[in-house]
Amino acid sequence: MNAFIAVVRRDLRLAFAQGGAATMAALFFVLAVTLFPLGVGPESQVLARIGGGVIWVAALLAAMLSLDRLFQADYEDGSLDLLLLSPLPPSLLVLAKCLAHWLVTGLPLAIIAPVLALLMNMDAHATPTLLAAMLLGTPALSLIGSIGAALTVGIRRGGVLLSLLVLPLFIPTLIFGAGAVEAASTGLGANAYLLILAALSMLALVLAPLASAAALKLAAE
Amino acid sequence: MTNMLHRFANPTRFLKLADAIRPWAFAVALLGIGVGLVWGLLFSPPDYQQGNTVRIMYVHVPSAWMAMFIYGCMAVASATALIWKHPVADLVAKASAPVGAGFTALCLVTGSLWGQPMWGTWWVWDARLTSVLILFFLYLGYIALWQAFDDPAKAGRAAAILALVGAVNIPIIKFSVDWWNTLHQPASVVTMAGPKIAASILWPLLLMALGFTAYYIALLCVRVKAEIMARRARQLRLLANT
Repeated sequence: MNAFIAVVRRDLRLAFAQGGAATMAALFFVLAVTLFPLGVGPESQVLARIGGGVIWVAALLAAMLSLDRLFQADYEDGSLDLLLLSPLPPSLLVLAKCLAHWLVTGLPLAIIAPVLALLMNMDAHATPTLLAAMLLGTPALSLIGSIGAALTVGIRRGGVLLSLLVLPLFIPTLIFGAGAVEAASTGLGANAYLLILAALSMLALVLAPLASAAALKLAAE
Repeated sequence: MTNMLHRFANPTRFLKLADAIRPWAFAVALLGIGVGLVWGLLFSPPDYQQGNTVRIMYVHVPSAWMAMFIYGCMAVASATALIWKHPVADLVAKASAPVGAGFTALCLVTGSLWGQPMWGTWWVWDARLTSVLILFFLYLGYIALWQAFDDPAKAGRAAAILALVGAVNIPIIKFSVDWWNTLHQPASVVTMAGPKIAASILWPLLLMALGFTAYYIALLCVRVKAEIMARRARQLRLLANT
C-alpha cells in the first residue's frame, strides 16, 4: 500500500513539476469545445442540442492526448524497469499510474465541464448530470487508455497508433456519457446511463490493469 | 485436448495438416458459395414485404456471422498463444485478422446497400451497426499493432493482448439487437425457439455460411503457411548476416 501511494505521489509531483500535462489537457479541452460554436455557428438552440456530445468528444480527445506519456517517459529514462522490479505487483503499479493520470486529467476535465456547458448554452438541469457522468466516466478513460499506452510503449512514434487502438474502446463510454446528458436535458431520467457508466468504470478497473500489466512486462523485456 | 494442442505447435506438422485440409476446404467453399448463391439469388422465394431485395441477406448475414466468428477464433488463438506460448496459434491469429476485416467490410457494405431500399438510408447510428463498425476498427488496430513492431515474437504477444481486450465487444454485437430496440431486426436464425425463417430461405443461407467458413479455413491454411515460410526466410536472412 505504501508503494502504491508512493507511485501515485511521484507521478503527481512529476506532473506538477513539469507543469505540462495537467494544464495542457484542460486547455486543449476548453479550446476544442470553443471551436464548435465557431464551426457550426453560434445559434444557441443548436449549441444546446449538441453541447453534451461535443463536451464528451473533446474530453475523450483530451484524455487521449495525455495518454502517450503515461508510461513512455518512464520507459525512456529506465525507471519503468525499476518500478516493475519493485515489490508492487505490476497491475497495482498500473492502477497507481492510472489514478495519478485521472487526478491530473480526468478530474480537472470533469470540473471544467459545467463551465463549458454554460458556454454551450446547455440546459441548467443537465449540468449536475454532466458533472456526475464525467466523474463516473473519466476513470474508464484513464484505465482503458492505459492498455493502449502500455501496448505502444516501446514503439517509435506510437502516438498515432495509440489513438487507433484506444478510440474504438472509448466508444461505449462516449455513448453512455453523452446519452446521460441528453436524457437529462430532455427531462428523462439519466439514472440508467449513469449506472452503466459506473459499470463501465468498474469493469475497466478490474480488467484494464491486468491487460496493461501484461503489456508492460512485454515492453520491459 | 492440450496434447493435440502441443502436437500442432510444431510448424512442420501443422503445415502437413494444413496442406491436407486446404484442397478440401477450397472445394467445400466453392461448392457452398456456388450452390448457395445460385439457390439464394435465383430459386429461393422473394420476401412478401421486401421483394427481391431480401436476397442481399444471403451475403450480408453470413459475412456478419463470419466477422464475429473470426474475431472469436482470433481471441481464442491469442489466448492459446499467450497461455501456452503456442507458436502456431500466434500465426493463426495474425492470419485471421485481414480475412475478418474483409468479411466485416463486406457485411457493412452489403448492409448499407440493403438499408438504402429498406430503411431509406445508407447508414443509421443504431447499436448493431455501430458495434460492427467498432469491430472493423478493432481489426484495423490489431493489424496496425502487428506491423508496428520489428520483432514478430513481441508483436504477437502485444497483438494477442489487444485481441483479448477487444473481445469484450463480441457479446455486445451479438446481443445489441436484443438489448436495444433499434432499426436492425433482432436475431431470427439462432434463437432459443429455433429458426424463425422459412426453410426455403434458411437452406441457401446455411449453405452460404458453410461456404464462407470453408473459405476462411482455406485462406487460413494458405496464409499461415505463407507466414511460416516468411519466418523461415527471415531466420535464414538473419543467419546469413551473422
